[in-house]
Amino acid sequence: MMSHSRSPATPSILARLGASRIAHGDLGFLPVVFGLVVIALVFYNLTPVFLTPRNASNLVLQLGPLALLTMGMVLVLLIGEIDLSAGSVAGCAAVVLVVLLTRYGWPAVGAIPAALLFGCLAGLIQGSWVVFVRAPSFIVTLTGLLVFQGLQFLLLGEEVGALLIYDPFVKGIASTYMPHWLAWCFVGLTAIIALAAALTAPARNARRLLRLLLFPLVAAAIVAVLNLYFGVPYLLLLVIAVALALTLLTEHSLFGVHLLAVGGNAEAARRAGINVSNVRIRVFALCSTLAALAGIVAASRQYSVDSATGGGNLVLDSIAAAVIGGTSLFGGRGRIVGGLLGAVVIGSVSNGLDLLGQPAHIKTIITGLILLAAVSVDMLARRRRISSGAAGA
Amino acid sequence: MPGADTLPLLEVRGVAKRFGSVEALRGVDLRVHAAEVVALLGDNGAGKSTLIKTISGVHQPDSGEILVLGKPVAIPSPRAASALGIETVYQDLALCDNLTVVQNLFLGRELHRFSRWPLHWVPARRRMVERATEVVRQLGTTLPSLHSQIGTMSGGQRQAIAVARAMVWGSRLVILDEPTAALGVEQTANVRRVIRNLRASGLGVILITHNMQDAFALADRIVVMRQGRAIAEMDPKVVTPDQVVGAITGGSAISMEP
Repeated sequence: MMSHSRSPATPSILARLGASRIAHGDLGFLPVVFGLVVIALVFYNLTPVFLTPRNASNLVLQLGPLALLTMGMVLVLLIGEIDLSAGSVAGCAAVVLVVLLTRYGWPAVGAIPAALLFGCLAGLIQGSWVVFVRAPSFIVTLTGLLVFQGLQFLLLGEEVGALLIYDPFVKGIASTYMPHWLAWCFVGLTAIIALAAALTAPARNARRLLRLLLFPLVAAAIVAVLNLYFGVPYLLLLVIAVALALTLLTEHSLFGVHLLAVGGNAEAARRAGINVSNVRIRVFALCSTLAALAGIVAASRQYSVDSATGGGNLVLDSIAAAVIGGTSLFGGRGRIVGGLLGAVVIGSVSNGLDLLGQPAHIKTIITGLILLAAVSVDMLARRRRISSGAAGA
Repeated sequence: MPGADTLPLLEVRGVAKRFGSVEALRGVDLRVHAAEVVALLGDNGAGKSTLIKTISGVHQPDSGEILVLGKPVAIPSPRAASALGIETVYQDLALCDNLTVVQNLFLGRELHRFSRWPLHWVPARRRMVERATEVVRQLGTTLPSLHSQIGTMSGGQRQAIAVARAMVWGSRLVILDEPTAALGVEQTANVRRVIRNLRASGLGVILITHNMQDAFALADRIVVMRQGRAIAEMDPKVVTPDQVVGAITGGSAISMEP
């Protein structure tokens, strides 16, 4: 994204992080990255286990469902709506999956698409309701939250307790690791793509090159650490693939521009000839499909489903993660990468507090305070942005 | 007067429009030539808005006809107006603050690289930037960058972007609704320059305004509307602002219509 940098950008580390923009109150991902470093240091001091390859591996697996759910939430927030039903849809889709697998003996190849289709339909129905009845998405998806939660209980039936998964593929989604060489191949691929992008870029500047260099470096660091334990989980590959696809969709496609336009000024988008209803319904469908995927991953991690799958604070955590990652609740501003970083923040705090043996209520209090801190930093930065004449959405 | 003897770009003949018991337009005649700025003046409720909405395809006339380059046309929708080369810049501009200049200029009509689904989602960025650069230069307006979000820009710049958007599509006629309302002195000067450049590019311009100074500074002809009719056509080089005000309010020698 080009900035309105009036001060000359120096090609230093600071410039790469956007020092020239900071003066105008455009903090980018700086607070999140800074927050992550602080979280890592604090927990490392309290319990050195936090920064071990084994815990990193656990963290990646724990993060899977939240990360997928958050990315869907970012999409919905981008168009200025909200989806409170995402957690229930995740849980319900997980139950659909396992009921088909275990009770009806479907193969994974049929049950997984069925669960995803269930999510897609849930989104289509809710999105259509928002568009055609013109009901606020808060209410429609609140209804969704309640209805799908009930449906989840209904599908589980009288049987109390968990419904187990026996299918090896589904069990493997969140518990298999790629061979070490394969992981390094992906790092190599990242490096080649970054190099190709650097060589073919029309405008070559130091900041852009350094940013491109960041991708293979981060990839190499993650692979190096995870290979010290069991290796890179395939789940991480899934999350990254979804993140890449959604980044292409939101930032490099016409649909992405239309999505931002609907979030920024729906009336202007409508008059420009964009089918606003269509965009909205698609986004709700996409979010719920991602929620279903999150549910499948959550079920795979537990090897089972129960009435609590997808429940609890999951959906609120995903909204918090999206906001921590810089997504505006008013629409039109936010990035998939930000949502991912926000999910890592919430995931690491939860993981760290688990390691310290803290109970759930302490976790929710601290997560809440972090959300408040993130929003406050953003509001202060925005005030600065306005006073420097760069209001932005 | 430019192109007075050539075929008018747009000709409105006896257009009438009624909303229930309200006669908004009672047979309006209007001509706009290429490279001509026509200022449309009138008090609130005189029918200016209804007239431009009829020309831009929002309303359908009950009677009368609209001709583009001498041919009678039907304008059933804003899309149809665009296809005829008629673009309207409404007062609220309809821009997205969170999008860049280029994204706003091409919103809803983006150039794309491939024609097949889903590859038509791939934007042809370079072509859009080239066209945008061309149009912005033609308008003689200065913007910080074509890639910065427009939420950061001034009212004058935003107005220029909205006009540029109308121009991107190779339009023949641009209708501007109160383009200088709510602008400062310097920004008003910039927007006036943009309008003069539009005319210099050979486009016809209908300028709806309450601002007498704008009308006299920019217009080749002033058309005054009152009670659903175009009651007077004046040459700004000949008349005085007082005479125009007289025509608008009906306080002049021109007789009151029933």
